Amino acid sequence: MLTWIALAALIAFSLFTFRSGRERLVRGLDPAQGRPHSRPGYHGAYVALWAFAPAALLLIVAGAFGGRIEAAMLRAEVPAAVAALDPLQQGVFFDDARAQAHGLPLSQTVYEGGLKAALADKAVEARTLEQGMRLGVLALAALMAGGGFALARRRVAHQFRARNRVEGWIAGVLILSSVVAVLTTVGIIASLAWESWRFFQVVSPIHFLFGREWDPQIAMRADQFASEGAFGALPLFAGTFLIMLIAMAVAAPVGLFAAIYLSEYARPLTRSVVKPLLEILAGVPTVVYGFFAALTVGPLFRAGFNALGAQLAGGPLNDLGVYLMQVQNQMALVAGGVMGIMLIPFVCSLSDDIINAVPQHLRDGSLAMGATRSETIKKVVLPAALPGVVAAMLLAVSRAVGETMIVTMAAGLQAKTTLNPLDTVTTVTVQIVTLLTGDQEFDSPKTLSAFGLGLTLFVVTLALNIIALRIVQKYREQYD
Amino acid sequence: MTDAAISPTAARAATLRASVEARLKARHAQERRFKFYGQLAIVVALSFLALLMVRIVAQGYSTFVDYRITAQVFIDPARVSASDIGGANFDMLVANAILAKVGERDDDLGEASSKVMELISNDLGFQLMAKVRADPTLIGKTISVTGPMRADAALYYKGELKRALAEEDRKLDNRQLDWLDKLKSSGAIVTSFNTGFFTRSDSTEPEQAGVLGAVVGSTMMLIVTALLAVPIGVMAAVYLEEFAPKNRWTDMIEVNINNLAAVPSIVYGLLGLAVFINWLAAPRSSPLVGGLVLALMALPTVIIATRSALKAVPPSIREAALGVGASKTQTVFHHVLPLAMPGVMTGAILSMAHALGETAPLLMIGMVSFVPGVPEGFTQAATVLPVQVFIWENASERAFHERTAAAIMVLLAFMILMNLAAIILRRRFERRW
Repeated sequence: MLTWIALAALIAFSLFTFRSGRERLVRGLDPAQGRPHSRPGYHGAYVALWAFAPAALLLIVAGAFGGRIEAAMLRAEVPAAVAALDPLQQGVFFDDARAQAHGLPLSQTVYEGGLKAALADKAVEARTLEQGMRLGVLALAALMAGGGFALARRRVAHQFRARNRVEGWIAGVLILSSVVAVLTTVGIIASLAWESWRFFQVVSPIHFLFGREWDPQIAMRADQFASEGAFGALPLFAGTFLIMLIAMAVAAPVGLFAAIYLSEYARPLTRSVVKPLLEILAGVPTVVYGFFAALTVGPLFRAGFNALGAQLAGGPLNDLGVYLMQVQNQMALVAGGVMGIMLIPFVCSLSDDIINAVPQHLRDGSLAMGATRSETIKKVVLPAALPGVVAAMLLAVSRAVGETMIVTMAAGLQAKTTLNPLDTVTTVTVQIVTLLTGDQEFDSPKTLSAFGLGLTLFVVTLALNIIALRIVQKYREQYD
Repeated sequence: MTDAAISPTAARAATLRASVEARLKARHAQERRFKFYGQLAIVVALSFLALLMVRIVAQGYSTFVDYRITAQVFIDPARVSASDIGGANFDMLVANAILAKVGERDDDLGEASSKVMELISNDLGFQLMAKVRADPTLIGKTISVTGPMRADAALYYKGELKRALAEEDRKLDNRQLDWLDKLKSSGAIVTSFNTGFFTRSDSTEPEQAGVLGAVVGSTMMLIVTALLAVPIGVMAAVYLEEFAPKNRWTDMIEVNINNLAAVPSIVYGLLGLAVFINWLAAPRSSPLVGGLVLALMALPTVIIATRSALKAVPPSIREAALGVGASKTQTVFHHVLPLAMPGVMTGAILSMAHALGETAPLLMIGMVSFVPGVPEGFTQAATVLPVQVFIWENASERAFHERTAAAIMVLLAFMILMNLAAIILRRRFERRW
């Protein structure tokens, strides 16, 4: 809160400095010297930038990291009573000390005797630390704003190249913005790799990637802490693969044929109606598809299969009938099918772009030779567009593998290695969600395994994307 | 002789023509089939869309009808003392008033009144308590309160809970259904538009649950996302498109942005959990952290959209500006960017609409908790619309399912509004050069 007020005050101050810098130039103008190098606004902006930027940076950094610095300083000196606790309890102790200092709810831990006294001491210390840091940061920010303003204002002069300086600042900010995108990637890789590395110290990567048994709940118990059998992710990969396969079986033909029809046959009017409708389908949030899968498609399919099973039971296909009568709402077919629906517009619009990129003269040549339209499409357009279509399918596969909400809501939790679409399977993303929602301590291998799964997911989707983008790039060059 | 020579050729020509015609017929049939497959694909895709929409409306529209009951409740001085208003059981008073209305009395065990409480929302009790608190002289008088029926009772009125179902399979027994019929025929029940759904936040009682908290939470989160992703994305795109030299470093940034756009959203959630929550100790499930994560996710899309909008501005504009003495920065910020603005805004709105519907990364940063009120600040726990949908879908009560569908309708309405805004923007300001 204080940071926000300070930032608002800083903005007001900067507006003042902008005027002040501009005034200074205008007032000092001497008609004999001709026009100044830069327009007055640039001088104002130069002064305002020096007043605003350093102080604002300090306030934001202090706001983001203040809590951590405070916690670290609090831990600098550990009371004897606390030193006896194990590291995890020490962490809880210091969190509680800070919570007590800030008037926040404490954990359930009961502190007695020396610990209680130490807690009170540390709470007082935390409060003084916090207030001291607050005052210090505010004073430093005020000093920086005032100092920046005074120094920059002195430079305002007739020949001062304020515009070039301001443009230098702008270029710097632009570069910083594009670095954010790179930092995001670095952040993703670093956080996934770091947490996975901690996980792989407990569970070997070989067991994780090739183990056949997935049951992280077992590892809740201390004596089964490192039981590696519980973290074999192979069934998850199999489940993800199965659901992806079903989704692609729906999305690939429907999306591709829709794209062919839209780009080769449809009249402009049809196109102008169908395209926006498909865009709506593409814009529907995945949680809505999840709801649709869980409460409409799931029960419908189950009822259908159960009824079919009841018909077959007792006949020559008795076993199949009995099996069909037992299928669950959470079968892979439901999640995969609905995911396929979600992917239709994605496949369609990508393929549409690619088919449209095939040069018209190829079609004209084929049609002039007497081929029908469908023959032109099958023998000329599609072979020419094939690499692009393959890339589109790979991108769709990557989407299917990373899709979370539909499977979380409609697929099961049982890890099974099967290719039976009527069975319930679980996927990598479902497991990440299950492992990380709810209250868990952050350091258990169970929680960390989610990052191992996340890393695998990231690597696989990244590989698919890179291959797909490469193919598209190469293919574009051919016709450019 | 000549006749005999011609006739084999003619015969051959005739068979050739016959075979060509037959093949042509087959080829045309093939052509029709192929075209039909295309049409079929379109019909299948659109019918999925129709089915999805129809199902959601069919499941959700009943939420907007509210069954409210009006009861005249006698504030019994024997049960409510002015000194301890909070300690009185107002629900019981309401239940007795309703029992009197259906011509019954409470039994000694209080079984009948507790059965009534299963039908009437405890909102009436709260209203009574608030009224008596405000004016203790009401004790001993009869006051009239209006409040919603419980969700199960409303389901019966809506025809979704049927008497034909075996008594032990439904939540309400025959006696309760008889009461409901009596109340209905006595005219104590009125139906109205369910404004409460839009003015209340999440609740454990389905009939009192609304989407206000989630709408406010979504708005706050989108504000954070937009304030971060749009300026940073636009600036990054301006740099890459207008200023950056063509070298390995900028090539790398470009490839990187294209790849980021295709990273699964859940991975952004893991990033948020590891960096913002665990490393920076930011408050869990707050709009601030949610907005940060979604901003990182939306950034590549904003950059890609802005770059294509900048590309569409013809170079002649830049050359003209540079020609009259503008600096590179002035050219870009005074001429190129303003001309690209409609395209930039369209892209920004579409990526915000996408962020509005995103759920998975928010689950990672702890946004699955039950938040009963409207979020008070950017660092307080909040819930957002898609997460609310997820939470309600998981709830076991059937009444929450219709509310899930209704919440989806609200969510889709927002998304369609944003998409419309983007389309209108594109139509009005799009320039062809």
